[in-house]
Amino acid sequence: MLKRLISTRETLLMAAIVLLLVLISSRFPAFIGPSNLARVFNDTSPLILLAIGQMIVILTKCIDLSVAANLALTGMVVSMINVAAPGLPMIFILMIAVGLGTLLGMFNGLLVWKLSIPPIVVTLGTMTIFRGIIFLISDGKWVNSHEMSAAFKAFPRTILLGLPVLSWIAIIAVILFTIVMTRTTLGRAFYAAGGNPHAATYAGINVGKTQFWAFTISGALAGLAGYLWVSRFAVAYVDIAGGFELDVVAACVIGGVSIMGGIGTVAGALLGALFLGIIKNALPVVDISPFWQLAISGGAIIIAVALNAQANRKKGRIILKQAEHAT
Amino acid sequence: MKRRTFTALTASLSLAASLMGTSAMAQDNMRIALVVKALGIGFFEAANEGAQEAAAELGNVEVIYTGPTDTTAEGQIEVINALIAQNVDAIAVSANDTDALVPALKRAMQRGITVISWDSGVADDGRMVHLNPSSNALIGNMIVKLAADHLPDGGDVAVLSATTTSTNQNIWIEEMTKVLPNYPGINVVSTVYGDDLADKSYREAQGLMQSFPDLDAIIAPTSVGIVAAAQAVADAGKIGEVNVTGLGLPSEMAGAIESGASQSFAIWNPIDLGYSATMIAHALASGAATAAPGAEISIGRVGTITLDDSNSAAMADPFVYDASNIEQFKSIF
Repeated sequence: MLKRLISTRETLLMAAIVLLLVLISSRFPAFIGPSNLARVFNDTSPLILLAIGQMIVILTKCIDLSVAANLALTGMVVSMINVAAPGLPMIFILMIAVGLGTLLGMFNGLLVWKLSIPPIVVTLGTMTIFRGIIFLISDGKWVNSHEMSAAFKAFPRTILLGLPVLSWIAIIAVILFTIVMTRTTLGRAFYAAGGNPHAATYAGINVGKTQFWAFTISGALAGLAGYLWVSRFAVAYVDIAGGFELDVVAACVIGGVSIMGGIGTVAGALLGALFLGIIKNALPVVDISPFWQLAISGGAIIIAVALNAQANRKKGRIILKQAEHAT
Repeated sequence: MKRRTFTALTASLSLAASLMGTSAMAQDNMRIALVVKALGIGFFEAANEGAQEAAAELGNVEVIYTGPTDTTAEGQIEVINALIAQNVDAIAVSANDTDALVPALKRAMQRGITVISWDSGVADDGRMVHLNPSSNALIGNMIVKLAADHLPDGGDVAVLSATTTSTNQNIWIEEMTKVLPNYPGINVVSTVYGDDLADKSYREAQGLMQSFPDLDAIIAPTSVGIVAAAQAVADAGKIGEVNVTGLGLPSEMAGAIESGASQSFAIWNPIDLGYSATMIAHALASGAATAAPGAEISIGRVGTITLDDSNSAAMADPFVYDASNIEQFKSIF
């Protein structure tokens, strides 16, 4: 029953995306060409990666506002490493990116777990700390495209089976985390820890530790996205991805992840990210005044969230009724 | 940086000594202090190069290159106070704060020291003359000229700006629109806003290439936008078809010039700026020119400036950077 409801909500979002595409194509038909849709997916890939991490964090009743700063710091560090050692194989760059991102995520997780500081305060603080560290290590200077090695810039752009590596990384992450969230103990623990922390504790789940792992995963994905980001835009500086954490949270909320914790799926996060990605990519081509674009972006988010809230409320009522009938 | 401060210190010490000893020698050499936002910044090192060039050309001029070690107004005030104590002939300052330096600079002027600001100005009563690197009108003209120079038969160009509310961007675009009739065949098809975010600018540039398949050039008068647009053009495989131009920094644009995504772009030339500031300071301190609205001051090889009502002037057109000089400037700023 619950499962079918969740799937209908995702179907609803899927329908909204299709409707959005139809609307856009009525103004700019070339937008729904396969190659352009692939381009939009590629452009949305970093958002998908971060949205998956954020979803897991939100499931455990937390929030990670430091993802964009983590992305920027990791991106700056790997690009500075690339400038210092241009010959370093890409596999090491990737390992460093994921490794550093993981450490930064663990730092958030430890503060939440061991010191029980509210996650929004922890990540608001680390967000500023991470940005500050970028400034300290880079001296406020940019790392520019001519300083980066060719291999460093080529990796996410390499075409494999018709799609860039960047897209494949997002696809692999979606598959991997769908399995983790539905088929592993840890994955189910995330739902339990957020859905009902007290029950989870009685069931032998360490809620704090589960939250720690959620932050760690979010950090790892942000680190990976950090490398992909600086490589894709071929530039690293203090303010890259400024304000991107809000897009990530918005993608999750649109995707039906409950901000109260315990509800959400990888597919939902994926669809939420795609919904935002399509809007972001369509606005430049549909010839709408830039003054209206922000309002339209915001409006779409509110409509999506309103629909979700509606769906959530309905479900709550049904469960109550069932409980009433049972007694 | 340390070494430089030390050199400057020894220079000033020896000058102070010479002042106490034989004052005749000090009178022979006009001493112009070039006060920068902070030492060790490539842009200002290049300005110093220009100032030294002016000093060599003028003869009997010594340029004291100095500034704080970090970009603070307090640091600059200390430096200015030290220069007043040394009784230099002129101070040319690129200020870290519009108002904070005014009292110190006023004190300098009371002691008969010529004070001008350049690059980053101070409030009107804190200096005699301010030298802007360029003017809004010159910039507006330059950004369209850059695109037009590579489109002899005319073509479609689009503007990629920062935010819709960015004052200087809007003024430049307005000035550009005014001079458009001078460039027949150049057709501005759209103005889009990348909000000075790399990802949004990149997406807007992609959108432009999709909406206008015949687009010939993208003009981005913003350093984040021009870099992102060049990358978008390179990724779309449109190098040679779409020329990205506008205002950018050589260090950031070197890759785009190398790949061919950008034929040329413009920004002020720090060498010329240091050169011109020194020339103006010398002209005022030697009495060859007076600081009054409407006055014309010769700045050597760069030309002549005319002071406006607030005693400020624009140096010249932004300097054009392309494949021929990018190597020289990319390590400077």
